[in-house]
Amino acid sequence: MADEVVLLDFWPSMFGMRVRIALAEKGIEYEYKEEDLRNKSPLLLEMNPIHKKIPVLIHNGKPVCESLIIVQYIDEVWNDRSPLLPTDPYQRAHARFWADYVDKKVYEVSRKIWTTKGEEKEAGKKEFFEIFKTLEGELGDKPYFGGETFGFVDLSLIPFYSWFHAIETFGEFNMEAECPKIVAWAKRCLQIETVAKTLPDQKKVYEFVGQMRKRFGLE
Amino acid sequence: MAEEVLVFGAWGSPFSRRVEMALKLKGIEYKYIEEDLTNKSPSLLKYNPVHKKIPVLVHNGKPVAESLVILEYIDETWKDHPILPKDPYERANARFWAKFIDEKCLSAIFKACWGACWGEEKEHEKAEIEHEKAVKEVSELLQFLENELKEKRYFGGETVGLLDIAANTIGYWLGVFEEASGVELLTREKFPKLCNWANEFVCVTAIKENLPPRDKLIAYFRNRFGAGNASK
Repeated sequence: MADEVVLLDFWPSMFGMRVRIALAEKGIEYEYKEEDLRNKSPLLLEMNPIHKKIPVLIHNGKPVCESLIIVQYIDEVWNDRSPLLPTDPYQRAHARFWADYVDKKVYEVSRKIWTTKGEEKEAGKKEFFEIFKTLEGELGDKPYFGGETFGFVDLSLIPFYSWFHAIETFGEFNMEAECPKIVAWAKRCLQIETVAKTLPDQKKVYEFVGQMRKRFGLE
Repeated sequence: MAEEVLVFGAWGSPFSRRVEMALKLKGIEYKYIEEDLTNKSPSLLKYNPVHKKIPVLVHNGKPVAESLVILEYIDETWKDHPILPKDPYERANARFWAKFIDEKCLSAIFKACWGACWGEEKEHEKAEIEHEKAVKEVSELLQFLENELKEKRYFGGETVGLLDIAANTIGYWLGVFEEASGVELLTREKFPKLCNWANEFVCVTAIKENLPPRDKLIAYFRNRFGAGNASK
């Protein structure tokens, strides 16, 4: 029986990008459905009644929600190729810990920078640099967070690269100057075909964020 | 080679108790180290420099932090008495609800019991409305869990699983918060299945042996957060 895979998503979502990269890495064919988050489809509300959020993966009619949970699901179902997590339990725990760190910290602090101004924004920036310093520490001299190959933690963080231009412009700083190791890591990831094909253009994201800021009354 | 398993925890924390419950279920021997959270040990800071929090599991010298990450590590390392199902869809489901409990339920429960913005609410009326809102939110969240339980004995089916362990905050600590604050949230008339589950849950040996004493816990929360949000 042919697998039916549908992805409910929103093009600038870093969380959606994680799932798109995972599906591409595994070579899975799927139907992409773009959601208008100001007018959510009945399908989205039916498939994710609890959070009403994207991404949602619908596999043979059954929904899976929360991006990192979806990525692990994809890895476990299509387990015959391109593993997304290591096999050793300790390395898996290590990967889960850092992906969880990215989840808990990076989105909120990035959002703080482009949705606030003045003192609040400066506080956000300070926190942002601390978080990325911690991430640079974890990366160390490795080519990827996963070691020699692109892995779970890389996948969880790389989508934010498409937002760097927007964040640094509205944050009034230079990402490459502040976090050189992270930018170098990101450029390395972008050499990977699935990542390069998945991530939207930084300029497009910047324009999108600009429109959001206008709506929030920040411009 | 002899295995060395250490657990850094705090007696009243549902998060560190989760780790102990899982180890007990699998019959794994470990050494427990009680942390004074107002005076964290150099060991804790060494093993969890990023968050500086308990619980931390240290297995043969290698640390694992974050309770849900630790539970999955325990399940993958010690294969007896599995706490996650084999089917990927059911595994995703268990993970989803565990995350839901941790990210949504606990903060909502705290707000309903003690008010996250309690200190800022000067006007009694405003505080009343905030409290009602918070109670309503908890009710909606608990309803999701009630529906998820269906006719199962445990969230994990016939035996206690990862989601049951993660739901220890609902199965035991919620009752403690209710008594400490005087706010009723998990009522039998609204949530019969969840109440039944909680009763079964705390009777399971591996769980029962790892629950902190109720009176001590109630006194601790009353002392720390005050008498609570209950309408007088």
